[in-house]
Amino acid sequence: MPVELFAVLQAGPLDAVLAPFYWFLALWSDLLFVVGDATGLGFLDYRFMHRAILVGLCIGVMAPLIGTFLVHRQLALIGDALAHTAFAGVAVGLFLNGVFSLGVSPYLTAVVVAVIAALLIELISEATDAYNDVSMAIVLSTGFALGTVLISLNAGGLAVGINQYLFGNLSTVSAENAAILLVLFAVIVGTVALTRNQLLYVTFDETAAAVSGISVTWYNRVMVMLTALVVVGAMQIMGVILVAAMLVVPVAGAAQVSRSFSESLLVSVVLAELAVLLGIGASYYGEATAGGVIVLFAVGIYVVAVAIGKIQARAGDDATPELGSIESSDL
Amino acid sequence: MSALRNGESAESAESADTGVADDGRGSSGPLVELTDIEFGYTATPVVEDISLRIDPGEYVAIVGPNGSGKSTLMKLILGLLRLDEGSARLFGEPSHAFDDGARIGYVAQHASASKEMPITVREVVKMGRFPHVGFGRLSAEDHRIVDEALATVGMTDFANRRVTKLSGGQRQRAFIARALAGEADLLVLDEPTVGVDAESVDAFYDLLEALNEEGITILLIEHDLGAVTNHARRVVCLNREVYFDGPTDEFAESDALARAFGTAASFTGGSGGGRA
Repeated sequence: MPVELFAVLQAGPLDAVLAPFYWFLALWSDLLFVVGDATGLGFLDYRFMHRAILVGLCIGVMAPLIGTFLVHRQLALIGDALAHTAFAGVAVGLFLNGVFSLGVSPYLTAVVVAVIAALLIELISEATDAYNDVSMAIVLSTGFALGTVLISLNAGGLAVGINQYLFGNLSTVSAENAAILLVLFAVIVGTVALTRNQLLYVTFDETAAAVSGISVTWYNRVMVMLTALVVVGAMQIMGVILVAAMLVVPVAGAAQVSRSFSESLLVSVVLAELAVLLGIGASYYGEATAGGVIVLFAVGIYVVAVAIGKIQARAGDDATPELGSIESSDL
Repeated sequence: MSALRNGESAESAESADTGVADDGRGSSGPLVELTDIEFGYTATPVVEDISLRIDPGEYVAIVGPNGSGKSTLMKLILGLLRLDEGSARLFGEPSHAFDDGARIGYVAQHASASKEMPITVREVVKMGRFPHVGFGRLSAEDHRIVDEALATVGMTDFANRRVTKLSGGQRQRAFIARALAGEADLLVLDEPTVGVDAESVDAFYDLLEALNEEGITILLIEHDLGAVTNHARRVVCLNREVYFDGPTDEFAESDALARAFGTAASFTGGSGGGRA
C-alpha cells in the first residue's frame, strides 16, 4: 500500500482545500449560538450539535436529490449495497491507521472504497446487461465481510469506535469530517445541477435518452459514483445500516403527493429536512440514536404523505380536460 | 427511390456522402444505410443478410411477424446494438458512433418508460429539447416549440397532468409530442399506436403524413398491416431476412406477406398475422 499517498492525504493539501470550509463552519457555529440564545434551545449551546445540524441539513438535500434518480429506476437498494462497502472502506482506514499509525479520516478511505465498489457494480451490470439483486447482494455482503474481518484482525482498541460507523453518532462529527461532508455536498449538488437534463432523461426513458445522443453508460457511472459519495457523507449521522433510508423514504413520500418531477424533487428535500431536524431534536432530548430517530420520523412522514396522496386522488382530478385533436393541418 | 438497396450502390452512395459531410436535410446522402448486416443475441442470428437504404424524405414501414427482428433491426439502425457483421451508417456516420441526437426523433412502444415516476406531460415533451440545449437551460424559444408540439398532438390541456394518470393513447401522444419537439430530420417509431384509440390512430397517421410532406423522413415499425398499406410509401417486409422491399402497392400484390408470415395473413385483419 502506498503509505506516502496517505501521508500526503492527511497533511498539507487536504487542509488547504478544507480551510474555507473550516471558516464556514466557524461562521455557522456563531450563527447557531445566536439562534440558541434567542430561542433558548439548550442543544444549540454545543459546537458538536452545530456541526451535526449542518451535516444533517446537507444530508437532507443530497440524499433525496440522488435518491429521486435511483428510486425511479428501481435502484433503491444500491444505496444499501454501497453503504456496506463504505463500511469496508472505514475498516480499511482504521486498519491502515492502526498498522502504519497514520491519521487518515476513515471517511476518506470510505469515499475511495465506495466509489470503486460503485464502479464495480456498474461494470458488472454493463457486462450482464442488468442490475440484478444477486450481484448487488454479493457486493453488499462482500463489503460487510471485508469490514468485519479487517476490524477483527487488529482487534482491541479498534472495535471500540465501530458503533459510530454502524449506527451513526451526532457527537462524533468532528470539524474535519464536517468539512469533508461539505466538499462532498458541493460536488454532488454541483454535478446534479450541471447534468440534470441528462440524468432526468436517462432516468425516465433510457432508450430514448440513448437515441438522443446521451451516453447512458457514462451517466449511469456518474449516478452510482454520486450515490457512493452521498452514502459516505450521510453515514456519519445515519450509520451504515440506516443510510439507505434517507435515499429512499423521503423520495417515496414525495412521489405520493407530487405531480411533476421538479415538484417531487423539492418535496422530497423538504420531507427529508423535516425528518432530519425533528429527528436530531428528538434524539437529543430523548437521548436516543439520531439515525434511528430520523428514519422513524421519515417513515412517519411517508405514511402521512401516502394518506394525503390518497385523499388528493379522491378529491381532485375528477374533471378531465377535453382532449384536443391531432392537428396535422397547421403544420 | 427504393431501387438502391443492395451492396453495389452502397459504395457510390458513400463516396457521394463524404462530400457533403455534416449537412443534413438538404443533402442527398442516405440517412440510413445498412450493408449486409447480421446480428444475433446468441449464436442464432435474429437478422441476417439485410441491406437497406433510406433516403431523405422517404416514408418507410418495416413489417413482419412477432420475433421477426423488427425491433432488433431498429436498434441496429439507431446504433443501440452493435452489429456482428456488415456495416450500419446513420447520417453517413457509423451508427454506434453517431451522437447528434437532435437529428432523430424516437417514439417507442410506451412500455419502455418509467411507469411510476412523478412527471408531467410538459416535462416529458421538454426532453425533446435536451439534445439541443445540452447542459444549458431551455430558452423561451425552446418553450415555444414545446407548446407548439403539445398543441399539435392536442395535449395542451393535459400539459400539467402527471403522465402516470393518462390513458395509453394520451401517453403515446405525449411521447409523439416529445419527438416533434426535437425537430428531428428522421422520425423512428416503434409500433407507436399500440394501445391508442382508433380515432386517434387515424389522426396520428395523418399527422405522420403531414410531417413527411414537410420533408421529415419517417421510419415506422408496424404490426398493423392495414395502417402500413394505407399510409407508408415503401414497405420492408422482414422475417430475419428481407422478404420484400418496394413501393406499398407492389407489396399488396406480391406474395411476400404470405411467405414472411407463413400464414394466410391479410390486410383486412387489422393487426394481421402476428400479435399473439
